[in-house]
Amino acid sequence: MRDLLGIIDLSEPTEGLGELTLHRTLGAVPFGGRYRVIDFTLSNMVNAGIRNVGILLNDRFGPLLDHIKDGKEWDLNRQRDGMFLLPAPLRTDSSEGMSSNLSNLRHNRSYLEKSRQEYALFSGCSMVTNLDYRAAFAYHLEKDADITVIYNQEGKLASHPPYTAVVTDGEGRITDIALNPRECTSRKVSLNMFIMRKDLLISLVDYYSARQKRDLFTDAIMPRLDELKIFGYEHRGYVGVINSLKSYYQHSMDLLKPEVWRDLFFSHGLINTKVKHEAPVRYLEGSRVQDSLIATGCTIEGTVENSILFRGVEVGPGVTIKDSIIMQKAKLGPGVSLRNVILDKDVTISAGKSLAGDPSFPMVIAKSSEV
Amino acid sequence: MQKKELVAMLLAGGQGSRLGILTKKLAKPAVPFGGKYRIIDFTLSNCSNSGIDSVGVLTQYQPLTLNAYIGIGSAWDLDRSGGGVSVLPPYVKDQGGEWYKGTANAVYQNIDFIAQHDPEYVLILSGDHIYKMDYSKMLSYHKSKGAAGTIAVIPVPWEETHRFGVMKTDEQGRIVEFQEKPKVAKSNLASMGVYIFNWKELRSYLEADEADPKSSNDFGKNIIPKMLKAGEPLYAYAFREYWKDVGTVDSLWEANMDLIKKDPDLKLNDSKWKIFSLNHTYPPQLVGPLADVQGSLLSDGCLVLGRVHHSVIFTGAQIEEGAEVTDSVIMPGVKIGKGALVHKAIIGENTIVEAGAKIGVPARPGEKVEISNENGITVIEDNVCVPGTMRIVEGTVLSVAEWPEFPEEWIS
Repeated sequence: MRDLLGIIDLSEPTEGLGELTLHRTLGAVPFGGRYRVIDFTLSNMVNAGIRNVGILLNDRFGPLLDHIKDGKEWDLNRQRDGMFLLPAPLRTDSSEGMSSNLSNLRHNRSYLEKSRQEYALFSGCSMVTNLDYRAAFAYHLEKDADITVIYNQEGKLASHPPYTAVVTDGEGRITDIALNPRECTSRKVSLNMFIMRKDLLISLVDYYSARQKRDLFTDAIMPRLDELKIFGYEHRGYVGVINSLKSYYQHSMDLLKPEVWRDLFFSHGLINTKVKHEAPVRYLEGSRVQDSLIATGCTIEGTVENSILFRGVEVGPGVTIKDSIIMQKAKLGPGVSLRNVILDKDVTISAGKSLAGDPSFPMVIAKSSEV
Repeated sequence: MQKKELVAMLLAGGQGSRLGILTKKLAKPAVPFGGKYRIIDFTLSNCSNSGIDSVGVLTQYQPLTLNAYIGIGSAWDLDRSGGGVSVLPPYVKDQGGEWYKGTANAVYQNIDFIAQHDPEYVLILSGDHIYKMDYSKMLSYHKSKGAAGTIAVIPVPWEETHRFGVMKTDEQGRIVEFQEKPKVAKSNLASMGVYIFNWKELRSYLEADEADPKSSNDFGKNIIPKMLKAGEPLYAYAFREYWKDVGTVDSLWEANMDLIKKDPDLKLNDSKWKIFSLNHTYPPQLVGPLADVQGSLLSDGCLVLGRVHHSVIFTGAQIEEGAEVTDSVIMPGVKIGKGALVHKAIIGENTIVEAGAKIGVPARPGEKVEISNENGITVIEDNVCVPGTMRIVEGTVLSVAEWPEFPEEWIS
């Protein structure tokens, strides 16, 4: 896999995530008790033996840099290759929003050129999965494809638009691509991960960025469907997408199923993240914990059901947490009761408060709020 | 090499023979402890938290696990340029080589390593104690007393003084007499095996001790008595927090149980004094729909579908549905099958207890049991599989070497 360069794109839309992405890029959204969303893509790449990873930075990347630092946790602090942070061009206009991945790639063209790898794997980071890029790359070479698009058809991705459906023929070649199709053309949903020769990537970037196009897939790959050999590689296994509060909540709750927990965290290697050296979880007498994912550093004396506790949450006696996601270092006063709630980091809930959202629409409390 | 004020020498070569099968393949400091740590993490974290950045770790017995674990010391922030952690096994010199004969000889053989740093002081540590201690405070005490050597001491119950080296001190804390494992003790201040010496003085005592053919080359038995006899100013530094020697099955089990008290004496989640350890990033633990977890400590990567009471469950262990674990220490990667019972036991790393097995059950009337420890703790070796038909009586120590023929009464 020395031949494969990894590129992680952070420009996927995040409007649907509301307060969770108010101050952070998608990759830095906390997920699964101790991770950030980018950990999955980054770890999958490293677990497959990729040793050169470029991260296309966009806006609100402060928390992301604090998380990945020099890439040491992923063994990417290397003398040769390793992790590269690729900033977006400075905006000269006053327009809002992120710069596109095509202009970002164009801006960092020299990184692509100088990398010694012959092939590139381009991936967004909204897909939470544990997948084997070695197998995908082998498939790409075996099919002698120009581009390989990785897709999945067992997840619930189509119920969380926007999504891209692909149709493949008997050989696995992609014959049709549709964005959010009204009538279901295929259950195969693109994971927004593509493998191609690096020189093909550079030529697509050059051509389409010069024509003011924005997105690599929809503006540069889709129009070439007939001209290039584009194949689909099926990744079997659990996939969650983080593109709205609803999908965030649903895919978080999926982790409470042992089969999903095993698949996502163990199937093709462990998911690495920043280590915080928290102590093991303390369960005191009288605690009641069921169907829950509990990170280290927590102390539990109350009731936790069907919930996710991030690191360092203290659940005192009389506190009840149900169907909720409680991020790092939440401070919960005595007698607090939470249901269908997402508490962002460092939230304080004062004694006796009772908060409840709806199962289909969880209540989100923004980072560092006091209630 | 940069000059250092202090170099720490951590003695980690001991076999820990009193831990029996738990140290068959690894040195005592590498034994898992407290849900996610190994014993040596406490001493290494103390060094790191005390601002010590040069630590020599002296290894000898079964060092592979320990070497791989320590690596370049990153986990403890001890991967430093011009210092950091150095693993020091015995090596061949121009006059030939030999194993470390005793604690003092081990340091003697590494005089050149210490000399590279040209320190004022040397801190001698053991890798087999559980405690949180700020060595920088002890160093300030050592300096303020103008001592040649300072020995950290802890008050122990008088009836236990025969197990320790005890120090009789005057009102200023100066040591006037040292008794090694006395029958009749004159003091209850026990040495913790933590010493600070002025390097120049220590070096000359180490060299003299090495030249003495009658010496057993041990700090407690030889160096300290010789320094006292010569009238060197040695001081006792009293430590009054949690400290535990985990050299036996009983003390290892007790120290684990100490952590799950409602208000433990040793707090692991202290953000100002973190205990660092080498982590593989396992996912947060998953507690299932029928689980019942109380009064316990559980680490990352655990899957709990059964009942866990008053136990310490290490990284990546799995407790299946209907299984019951009480008063036990379940080491990393252990799998407890459906309906299995585990009571008052230590289960070694990666061992599989198959569905239905019973471990730590009371003996039947007339059944002969060989209880090898005070608390009646059952110990199962690492990396073995306990068949589901087995019934293991409390207090048994089970090693695979003795397995080919099970006594008939063990099969339930």
